[in-house]
Amino acid sequence: MKNEAIKIFQKKKKAVLENWMKFQLADEGLREDLMSNEDLRSQSEELLDAFIDNLSDENIDDPANSAFEAIVDILSGISISRAKQGFSPRETGIFVFSLKDALLNVLQQEIKDPQELYVQSLKIIKIIDSFGISTFETFIKGREEVILRQTDEISEISTPVIRVWDGILALPIIGTLDSARTQIVMENLLQEIVESGSSIAILDISGVPAVDSLVAQHLIKTVSATRLMGAECIISGIRPEIAQTVVHLGIDLSQVVTKASLASALKTAFGLLQLQVVKKQKQQQITE
Amino acid sequence: MVTLNRESMSIMREIDVIPFRNRLKEYAVKIGMSLVNQTKIITAASELARNMLKYANGGKVTIEVVSKGRENGIRMVFKDEGPGIPDIDKAMKDGFSTGKSLGLGLPGTKRLVSEFAITSEVGKGTTVIVTKWKNG
Repeated sequence: MKNEAIKIFQKKKKAVLENWMKFQLADEGLREDLMSNEDLRSQSEELLDAFIDNLSDENIDDPANSAFEAIVDILSGISISRAKQGFSPRETGIFVFSLKDALLNVLQQEIKDPQELYVQSLKIIKIIDSFGISTFETFIKGREEVILRQTDEISEISTPVIRVWDGILALPIIGTLDSARTQIVMENLLQEIVESGSSIAILDISGVPAVDSLVAQHLIKTVSATRLMGAECIISGIRPEIAQTVVHLGIDLSQVVTKASLASALKTAFGLLQLQVVKKQKQQQITE
Repeated sequence: MVTLNRESMSIMREIDVIPFRNRLKEYAVKIGMSLVNQTKIITAASELARNMLKYANGGKVTIEVVSKGRENGIRMVFKDEGPGIPDIDKAMKDGFSTGKSLGLGLPGTKRLVSEFAITSEVGKGTTVIVTKWKNG
């Protein structure tokens, strides 16, 4: 004998869907900007079909039954795609939990005996709750994928080498200077020195939040490597608080040419190249 | 010394250092620490966190906002279960390193903070406790 609730759902599938759609559309947080109502309906219909088709006497008491795997798969797909589209967890949660409301609503209309209604409702609630849990698990997984992708993107932001003048390169370093980053910075810099035939490189560390002994060691290594290539390296952008910290730490940067600002580093570089920046004289004065 | 606020974080990878440092900065700004002292404690913290990662494969950090008399400060406890330091006196000397670094991590950190305590047991792990007062 088939379970009462299953029979009702199979008979009243249409009514359940209508009910469910009604609940979803009634929600204030409905994201029509992210998904059209037609898409929402077809998504809902697919899930409901899978749910009712898979529901049987054996598994209605057992939310962990393998027969529900197909539904959990569909839910996972929906959940991950929603996470990527930018739905909030609440919106995805409402999608699943409003199905519970719809199912219980139909049960209430069909089953008159309160005892039976309670027993059947409890089973449905348990199943939908377990769906809810797996939805959240996959939703978070989807979000984590987004975070991982962003992490990759951030680490891919390479440090650009800028030719500020003929023979002068500048490298603004922004963010934490760790071993991997130093390696990229050094490679880019040395490569650019060869390609441009520059003799002076300015490393600007204005954007480095803290200079600890490891960062200092990386800087010293970069300077030494630049010198081996026959170029001079100036470190600029040393803020007052960084200067004090470096002194307290006991790091010896006296072998390195350091400047407070990129402008003064550039001035030093001009000096080294025996260049001079002069104010343009007015036309009159020349003719006089 | 009264603890006003306490938070623990685990440092298991190099990228864990960045959120830890940001959190620390938030606390430092909250108690009104000057920019120089902020930079000092952040540098000390990243020094010690890196040590934990490098020599002990990570560990746990507790950040506390503490108060003594009228002065507020930040106390940090770095606890790892690494190999431990056999000779602390030697490790506290400038230029000594077992790991090809500048050898300034521990002695430098001591100079950056107001109070510094280290205990270590070979095979069991190392604990470093540092305190930086707002105006210290």
